[in-house]
Amino acid sequence: MTIDRIILIVVVITTISCKKDNYDSPNAHLHGHVVYKGEAIELEYDQVRFELYQYGFGKTGPISAVFAPDGSYSMLLFNGEYKFIIPNGQGPFKWKQTPQGAPDTTVITMNGSQELDIEVTPYYMIRNPQVTASGATVSGVFKIEKIITDASAKDIESVSLYINKTQFVSGADNVAVKTLNGKDIADLNNVHLNVTVPNLNQTYLYARVGLKIAGIEDRMFSPVTKYPFRK
Amino acid sequence: MKKILPILFAIALLYTAGCTKDSDFLNVQPTSILTNEQAFSDPAQVLSILADLYNRQLDFSGLDNGWASFADFSESFPSENGSAHIVQRNEWGFDAWNTWDYGYIRDLNLFIERATVAKALSDADKTRFLAEARFLRASYYFEMVKRMGGVPLITESLLYDFSGDPTYLQHPRAKEHEIYDFVISEAEAVKNNLPENPNEKSRVTKGAALAMITRAALYAGSIAKYGATTPQVTLPGLEVSIPASMATGYYTKALNAAKELISGSAGSYALYNKKPELAENFASIFLDKGNNPESIWVEDFKLKSGRVQGFTVSTQPRYGAEEEEGGRINPSLNLVESFEKLDNTYAPVPITDAAGNPIFYNNLSEIFAGRDARLHGTVILPGSSFKGRPVDIWAGYQLADGNIITGDDRGAQKTLPGQTAPVQVVGFDGPVSSKEFTAQSGFYLRKYVDPTPGAGSRGTNSEVPFIRYRYAEVLLNAAEAAFELGQADAAAGYMNPVRARAGLTIPLTAADISFDRIVHERRVELAFEGHILFDMKRWRLAHIVWDGNKMTVADLLGNIGSATKRNTQPYGLWPYRLHDAASVNNGKWVFRIVLPALVTGANRFRLGNYYSFIDDNIRANNPKIVRQPNQ
Repeated sequence: MTIDRIILIVVVITTISCKKDNYDSPNAHLHGHVVYKGEAIELEYDQVRFELYQYGFGKTGPISAVFAPDGSYSMLLFNGEYKFIIPNGQGPFKWKQTPQGAPDTTVITMNGSQELDIEVTPYYMIRNPQVTASGATVSGVFKIEKIITDASAKDIESVSLYINKTQFVSGADNVAVKTLNGKDIADLNNVHLNVTVPNLNQTYLYARVGLKIAGIEDRMFSPVTKYPFRK
Repeated sequence: MKKILPILFAIALLYTAGCTKDSDFLNVQPTSILTNEQAFSDPAQVLSILADLYNRQLDFSGLDNGWASFADFSESFPSENGSAHIVQRNEWGFDAWNTWDYGYIRDLNLFIERATVAKALSDADKTRFLAEARFLRASYYFEMVKRMGGVPLITESLLYDFSGDPTYLQHPRAKEHEIYDFVISEAEAVKNNLPENPNEKSRVTKGAALAMITRAALYAGSIAKYGATTPQVTLPGLEVSIPASMATGYYTKALNAAKELISGSAGSYALYNKKPELAENFASIFLDKGNNPESIWVEDFKLKSGRVQGFTVSTQPRYGAEEEEGGRINPSLNLVESFEKLDNTYAPVPITDAAGNPIFYNNLSEIFAGRDARLHGTVILPGSSFKGRPVDIWAGYQLADGNIITGDDRGAQKTLPGQTAPVQVVGFDGPVSSKEFTAQSGFYLRKYVDPTPGAGSRGTNSEVPFIRYRYAEVLLNAAEAAFELGQADAAAGYMNPVRARAGLTIPLTAADISFDRIVHERRVELAFEGHILFDMKRWRLAHIVWDGNKMTVADLLGNIGSATKRNTQPYGLWPYRLHDAASVNNGKWVFRIVLPALVTGANRFRLGNYYSFIDDNIRANNPKIVRQPNQ
């Protein structure tokens, strides 16, 4: 037996065996946004979680993931039927619940890729946020719309204008912050926040408005705004 | 023919010897395994089984389970680069602090069942062993309920019948208060079967049972009372949260158990007061093994026995230490400034005068003078000593123009302006920014750090015990329970001796006692003893104090002594020596507040952290287990 033949056999075995014992990778792409009436809800980075369950394969555990700051999500799945939930206490919005108080499920059938927006009811929406910079001062002007007004309505605990050097902007990630308590807001249609930014060696910054709802952990945010900064 | 007889004889012998005992011959007891009856035949044997169960008790901060469990919660800065994640993460995972060791519960249940039926044990031995095992089981359930809320309450060993259907072994979670009730009632039931011996520290005593009742009842009472402020942290089946109506009952139990212990019914425990120097006295509570009247139940260690702990190796001041190792825990300025002044008021450590000008100090320790002696007893401050040798903590020289001259290594040398030869410009203990094992907050830890020669060396280690329950905590438990029951006067009476020992000799009156005072007193007295997380959880303060927002210097300096003060990032205080020949202050010390460079995260305690995550595998195996709220 020559060396050529041995190499040939090895190559043949390697190529054939690989096919046999490997599964195909998941390739059905599920993606979309968490929305209210078609408008994406902005969230904090790595905070608001959702879960998918798939039954029929032995033990059942969640496939967990988080929504991105712009409210989007994206997963690669196998074809099949999944149940989607947002666990209780997640997000600055209401997710439908069963009469027993457990989060209700949305059934998602994957057969190839699909785009699916998740409709929720937020307590508030931040409307028309505008951020302008003048020297070291950044000012944010926006309007707050109260969406849930029935018995389960909740008050505004505070609103904050956050500034950061990267596009991750939140209470934990910021270089400057200005907070106004909810009871000090005179007019929900015209909220002003000014913040002084420290001296930074950067020609642009990111700003975002966050709204804390009393009794709800996750903040509601406005979209991240990038603006030029010169001091 | 003459040989046939011996052959016949041999055959006959083989038949008689070999055949009749066939079954016995094969049925030999193994020599390496004891039967239950053998194992429970001798008290010394039973004690060794029990010793294993003692060893498997879970402590939040143990001296033998790594220094890092002491270093979190912004009370200190972890000065080891591999552990910088503690100050760089923005939140704790939901699975942090979880425990679910039903293997341990099973072994405890088996021990109780086997010891109960053991015939060879004397009644006195049996009673004590059973009481100890029941205490250990209750203690582990207490540890579980603190972290997980209500858990399945299993009090007997479970056996699978291999029928293919394990559902009869699946138990749902008990209500949170049912676990607390179990802990309290078990301790009540066994307390009189345990010895009344204050000198017995490593095995549990009546004192330990009473101390556990007061702590458990206090926890349950405060969860009932303060749980009302976080209605989101509940489950409809009460696996998590306790009805507010039960608060008074629990506080009463906590106070009564504390009173029972304080009255001496379990033997005479007392505050440790053997040394005249107050700070040294406080540090000695945790070091003195000889007839320490304060410790009630400890996890003990013994040199040269194989059971030693390396906490001192990890945390001693590094410069001049045996094997030059240590320095990992640097208490934060947040904690240091919270120690009161001797007139019972709070104030930041004064680095500037009223006009905002820096204050120049003649020596390093002057700035900390006139404070609670527990500060010196808990923290190694700049200018103080360990093992009789001064620590070398200073950050550099400050020039007339305010610029700093410092080095990037321990004890680095540089030439100062106006001089010709290089001099040392930073302490051998640092602080050097981002240099591990130096005092990056400007402080080292003293509590539990053992000055005995050899304790800081890896080959020897330390035999200082970890105190699980001590008398001062019982007094503070009594003070809190009395305060919550509206007896502020009694609360002051319990709290004042603890404070007087620390040099705070102006007694608090009933009017001075507030919730903030209670919170503050526990924080400074019980720092680095594994209490802060559970205290903040039961008061439902954790998500307020660790709210995930970065801390400013104004946050740091304001509202000292307030229970809701933000505490998300560990700050430091660095001493600099003035180098300005023209100034009258030349050679004096100034201090600067710094946030160590490695601190980039801010602690965020989410509502889902109040009760730790129950693993998906556990819930998949037992669908009756409901998940924790807010996760």
